[in-house]
Amino acid sequence: MKTFKLGGVHPAANKLSDKAPIEVAAVPAMVAIPMAQNLGAPSKAIVAKGDKVKVGTVIGEPGGFLSSFVHSSVSGTVDKVDLVEDATGKKVPAVFIKVEGDEWEESIDRSKDIVREIKLEKQAIIDRVKACGIVGMGGATFPTQVKLTPPPTAKPECVIINAVECEPYLTSDHSLMLAHAEEICIGVQILEKAMGVSKAYIGIEANKPDAIKLMTETAKNGFPEIEIVPLKLKYPQGGEKQLINAVIGKEVPSGGLPIATGALVQNVGTAFAVYEAVQKNKPLIERIVTVTGKSVKKPSNFLARLGVPVADLIAAAGGVPEDTGKIISGGPMMGKAMPDTNSYMVKGCSGILVMKNEEARRKEASPCIRCAKCVHACPMGLQPNFLSKYSELGMLDEAEAERIYDCIECGSCQFSCPANRPLLDWIRQGKPKVMGILRARAAAAAEAKKAAEAAAAEKK
Amino acid sequence: MNVILIALIALGAIGLLGSLLLYVVAKQFFVFEDPRVGQVEELLPGANCGGCGFPGCHGMADACVKAKDADNSLGSLLCPVGGSETMGKVADVLGLEAGAAEPKLAVVRCNGNICARPKVALYDGAKSCAVASATFSGETACAFGCLGLGDCVKACQFDAIRMNTETGLPEVDEEKCVACGACAKACPKFVIEIRKKSAMAKAPAAKRVWVSCINKDKGAAARKACANACIGCGKCQKVCKFEAITVEGNVAFIDNEKCKACGMCVSECPTGAIHATAPVMAVVEKLKAKKEAEKKAAAEAAAAAKAAETPKTEA
Amino acid sequence: MLNVSLSPHVHSGNSTQKCMLQVIIALLPALAWSFYQFGTGALIVTLSSVAFCVLFEILITRFLLHTPTTLGDLSAVVTGILLAFNVPSNLPLWIIAIGALVAIGVGKMAFGGLGANIFNPALVGRVFLLIAYPVQMTTWPTQAGYADVETGATPLALLKQYANGADVQLPEVMDCLVGSTGGSLGEVSAIALLLGGVYLLVRKTITWHIPVSVLVSAFVFGWLFFGFNCTVAVEELLCGGMMLGAIYMATDYVSSPMNPRSQLIYGLCIGFLAILIRRFGAYPEGMSFAILIMNAFTPLLNKYVKPQRFGVVKK
Repeated sequence: MKTFKLGGVHPAANKLSDKAPIEVAAVPAMVAIPMAQNLGAPSKAIVAKGDKVKVGTVIGEPGGFLSSFVHSSVSGTVDKVDLVEDATGKKVPAVFIKVEGDEWEESIDRSKDIVREIKLEKQAIIDRVKACGIVGMGGATFPTQVKLTPPPTAKPECVIINAVECEPYLTSDHSLMLAHAEEICIGVQILEKAMGVSKAYIGIEANKPDAIKLMTETAKNGFPEIEIVPLKLKYPQGGEKQLINAVIGKEVPSGGLPIATGALVQNVGTAFAVYEAVQKNKPLIERIVTVTGKSVKKPSNFLARLGVPVADLIAAAGGVPEDTGKIISGGPMMGKAMPDTNSYMVKGCSGILVMKNEEARRKEASPCIRCAKCVHACPMGLQPNFLSKYSELGMLDEAEAERIYDCIECGSCQFSCPANRPLLDWIRQGKPKVMGILRARAAAAAEAKKAAEAAAAEKK
Repeated sequence: MNVILIALIALGAIGLLGSLLLYVVAKQFFVFEDPRVGQVEELLPGANCGGCGFPGCHGMADACVKAKDADNSLGSLLCPVGGSETMGKVADVLGLEAGAAEPKLAVVRCNGNICARPKVALYDGAKSCAVASATFSGETACAFGCLGLGDCVKACQFDAIRMNTETGLPEVDEEKCVACGACAKACPKFVIEIRKKSAMAKAPAAKRVWVSCINKDKGAAARKACANACIGCGKCQKVCKFEAITVEGNVAFIDNEKCKACGMCVSECPTGAIHATAPVMAVVEKLKAKKEAEKKAAAEAAAAAKAAETPKTEA
Repeated sequence: MLNVSLSPHVHSGNSTQKCMLQVIIALLPALAWSFYQFGTGALIVTLSSVAFCVLFEILITRFLLHTPTTLGDLSAVVTGILLAFNVPSNLPLWIIAIGALVAIGVGKMAFGGLGANIFNPALVGRVFLLIAYPVQMTTWPTQAGYADVETGATPLALLKQYANGADVQLPEVMDCLVGSTGGSLGEVSAIALLLGGVYLLVRKTITWHIPVSVLVSAFVFGWLFFGFNCTVAVEELLCGGMMLGAIYMATDYVSSPMNPRSQLIYGLCIGFLAILIRRFGAYPEGMSFAILIMNAFTPLLNKYVKPQRFGVVKK
């Protein structure tokens, strides 16, 4: 079985909710839809207090190139546009909507039929994806239309669907595959058409044999160009670079885009959202979210509308247990710890993980014993111990020489550190600083080149 | 005899060769440096704190000499450690007049101590304000205040800033602080400001007034997060005779160029967010006593009309 | 109240203590064989060495460094066992005490404790003893007992004589493998040490890079330097401190390099140096010196040998 070549760790999978079917989460009396739901610039709210909206009505416009549309997930009246907390407690603008009934925009096809035939052409698909506000559903929330328009120099060869779900606990992608295998395959074909390629792989880790079986059977019936690739269990296989390496054996060049290998990687949730957008004209207004944890009464997979309070979702899974020490938005390896449960469902929230007190606190850090476990664990071939030290001491030149900018922040180093050192905490400090230096240097170089060219032109 | 001779010759030859090598290298790789740079560097404190904005005292000395050659003045160059005295000496050496710089120091603009600012979450990451600040908005409901992990203490080269374990806030030692600004640069929340040591340069004791809060939340939210927060009510602004106070983004700021340290704002602040040094506080006490007396007199003399206003200031 | 930190939020559960415990467990078979071979002497020396190391660690942390004790990480116990494994089983207790003091005091604590030491502490202690008390350190008993036991030549000395062209009876490979030869107390049984090594590899406490590269290089150079004789080359691996050094001493976390490539270079150099010293050096055994020499190169290897990077194409 295939896997990526360097490093990796094996955290306990703890897929507590992998047998739980998808449940539709109740729509509360009031939702708050945050405007910052994608990587890049936040969206701008275009509704005001008192406006009537339906399910699917546009309420936020892109705030820049790297941004996306936001749609109302409920029907009702806009109550206010105010600040709410995001997962990390930061204040972001959000549209509060008082829910009245469940009226959808007429353009949305709400029937249960699966539409096989892809009528839209390449550009129309990309435009539809943009209009429906689709972003990367794996958690990175990169606007999908941007990813579907690679630079003209790129030569796309295949689409790779990320159904790895290597994060422990999370089962949202798993349950989605079990429920909507055919739609996902159609979504993959749409992505192929948008990229102008005729080969697709779906990478699934070996701990989901039922999904592998179902997807393989579905692909056999009418999707000959889709290949299901079972992958050996190893974290961080769901990392874009690692997945490309595992599936087609190529390496994304350092500093380059993944498309340089000819592969476009999309999350399986994104493929499904693309299907719904293109075939059903349904914007991204809901997603599957796993609510789980060892102390949670009923680990569940919910189909939840965006803007639903996180507290409601936890309540639906049995409430916050008494000995809760940490609540995480996303998985335990890369998710964000929430200071409280006052935030709301967003497009990138693939799971809500409740951790018990005894699991929550990190152990006291002791001196580095240079055991090199972090070096062996790093999937990027870096030396995290040095990176962490250099970041802590502000030695940015050294950090750059050790390629801190290649770090994908997967956390394998810190996971495996026997001295419990906060390696990644520090690396995250140094990385943006080094990236800033690199960008400034590139800009200065471009400026100098321009000046030289101008001077040369003048001479002539 | 022979052995001694051989040894002498051998050692002598080695010595000669070595000295020749040193001589050649010294000549070959000689780098000319303006002798004034060395002179200036000797005058500087030699702490290499970087407070001047240059990498160490040598860099500063170099900059001083270059500034003199370029436009015949030291411009805004200042060694915060040596202060105007040192800069005067530097100017002397370079044959210039030094501009007089007023002594400054670091001021912590947060008074959200452990009692005033209840925690709502626990931080469990690397013991660093920079990391904590990148993680979330803070352990308390105030997203602006001191995180209390002591990056400023680590940044200080002069042992002039310490964590007070009772309040959980850093405290600046006025005697030791040289206003190099390292702590202000290290603070991810920008809580520390470099301010003039005293509103009146000639006053015997430092007279200084500042708002010890930078919370930009609306009054109610700020107050809920911290009992000592500035709620942006603007009373201080109204009472200031020197237009030194501005209220912007729900928080007051005192311009230390304009402030005369009269203490009026301190006595007026309903949350005690405006702080002052002891000499000013003595004045403030008098002002407060006077106000108290006035209030009493007013309460005794008349009744309802004025009573409606006073409780608000008390709240 | 909820805890907040950056990801990852889960941990492997591994700890320094657990790693050290694995090493201790892995050393038990060799200790058991040693007890069988040398009797109570082996136990007395091992236990007293551990006791002295622990004692000195406590004394130094408490009275010299005034830091909390670091006994919990068990590294002092490992150092104690390894030191004992490297000395004859009839060594007087006072010499062991000196060895432990040098190992813990000079080898580890003088550098700043676990993680900061450049050299393997146990080897520092061992080499100190070897140079200070050469007689006691090189009279190896050949049978059980602590005091007044017969001593004899070790296989290494025989191998050297063989290489020098002397007509000697080579030791049996089987004896070297099992360990019924003379030598330091822990190093004699190659099979017991290999067993522990396999355990460490299975538990992922160590990686294969260092042991394998040391043994491969020692075999190749043993063959080259000792008369192109495969049996001799194999016996070079099985006798003396080669196995103990390759599996337990060269792989010491703190003093070995940190990425697979540099570990391979490090291992190859150790094997080469050890054989070089065994063949041409004054001492019959070169493993400790080889490891210590390469320890000194570890920072250099760390700096200049980079791991295989992801996404960096060779040109």
